[in-house]
Amino acid sequence: MASAAYPQPVHPRPAIELHEASVVFGSGDAAVTALTPTTLRMERGDFLALVGPSGCGKSTILRLVSNLIKPSSGQVLLGGRDAAAKEMRIGMAFQNPTMLPWLTIEKNVMLPLKIVEPFKRSFQRDRKGAYRDRVHALLEQVGLRDFANHFPWQLSGGMLQRANLCRALIHDPDLLLLDEPFGALDQFTREELWQTLQDLYLDRKPTVLLVTHDLREAGFLARRICVMSARPGRIISDKAVMLPQPRDIGVIYTPDFVEMTQGLRELIAQVRK
Amino acid sequence: MKDNVKIRIMSLSLIVGFFLMWEVLCIMLQVSDLILPRPSEIAVTLWTRFPVLWPHILQTLYATLTGFALGVIIGVSIGVLIGTSRVAYGVAYPLLVGFSSIPKVAVVPILVLWFGSGTTPAILTAMIICVFPIVVNIATGLATTEPDLEDVLKTLGASTREVLWNVGLPRTMPYFFASLKVAITLSFVGAVLSETVASNRGIGNVMMTASSNFQVSLVFAGLFILALMGVALYAFFSFLEARVTGWATRGKDIAVT
Repeated sequence: MASAAYPQPVHPRPAIELHEASVVFGSGDAAVTALTPTTLRMERGDFLALVGPSGCGKSTILRLVSNLIKPSSGQVLLGGRDAAAKEMRIGMAFQNPTMLPWLTIEKNVMLPLKIVEPFKRSFQRDRKGAYRDRVHALLEQVGLRDFANHFPWQLSGGMLQRANLCRALIHDPDLLLLDEPFGALDQFTREELWQTLQDLYLDRKPTVLLVTHDLREAGFLARRICVMSARPGRIISDKAVMLPQPRDIGVIYTPDFVEMTQGLRELIAQVRK
Repeated sequence: MKDNVKIRIMSLSLIVGFFLMWEVLCIMLQVSDLILPRPSEIAVTLWTRFPVLWPHILQTLYATLTGFALGVIIGVSIGVLIGTSRVAYGVAYPLLVGFSSIPKVAVVPILVLWFGSGTTPAILTAMIICVFPIVVNIATGLATTEPDLEDVLKTLGASTREVLWNVGLPRTMPYFFASLKVAITLSFVGAVLSETVASNRGIGNVMMTASSNFQVSLVFAGLFILALMGVALYAFFSFLEARVTGWATRGKDIAVT
């Protein structure tokens, strides 16, 4: 891919470090703790899935890492520097595909190249040439080649989510943040997209932090799974997934896999009480 | 598509029917042309007096469009300012509502007092009268932008200006164009109003003079010209709207409404 043209700087520090980071919304009696002081460390190129009951602060961690919110206390470091320092390029996809309705799929996917350096500086020159080819190549990879010039409302939910993944990856992010990206899709589309995501991940090896409700999704995709407790959330389990990648979708029906997800399920059932 | 054509034909017949009815009723009820001239009389007046009317048409158009352009510039600036800042919105809104509730007719004498009679008060009235709908629409469009859409840009490290430029403003375009269609019509009202009160040029003045000379068909000719100009400008902005904000109506209907 085009990433060869932009050599990545060497990062000796872990991709993500949360040091006792907490988030409190409001103040005084109205204060709501969204995240109790949490410590988490993620190496570069790792794929971590964060699972837990709703409202436990999974998404809060993502919003911290993406610098959409600041920690109330503690530290959030990306590549060893403060999250605001833009040390690492971030790509993010939400549950809602959030395509801008006035842009075609091609232009939506191209958006990060317009905003993020070093792509930004030659955007005017390359948007009709190199960048366009780059977008088309990625769309091709997820099976959306023929839809580049369509508008978002002309696409199905699954297709929009593919485009969303493309937009999160087009600028070769160091860090891919996924907030329940397949939550609103049917089972077949979801499994299809798991494989698409796995291919993209193995192809580009970004650091991936995936927030999900779906234990099978976590097990199929991730190399490491962290379980969070109910509100106020904290991490109560941190386990590696010992299955070689790439994984076949059939793996989710093997006894080992079922046993692993069963274990996670019981853990979450306990912490919900 | 077929329905569309049908509607066009029907709407055209309605317009033709309206004038026919007018003509026929005037003849049947023997209405004096000092009260209500027949459309045919008005048409004749329009034709014969057109060379005299032409400079006044240009004058009114000039005052309206200049005032409108100024109104758009000011309206968009204020709208962006109070739409992007919650504080500015809260602070400035009461004052704006106060300004907007002043009947604009009441402002014309003040403008005449300050700037004398003529083109300047006409332009300023056209401007003042069209600013508020633009401000409100721009501010509403910006203030109601989905946070999700903004988050997409923020996670990429976009600056506030980039977020505004790539999400806020495009998202606001449908609101902006809706307000432009209202604003251009209002600008006409403002310009003609001011010409009626204090000017010796423009369609407003022509109508005023004609009415005091009992040239009733000339008064109606003036009305006709105003209506035509209003429709033309409205249609122009509708066309532009369909071009720019087709995504908001899913591009189904590019027709000028």
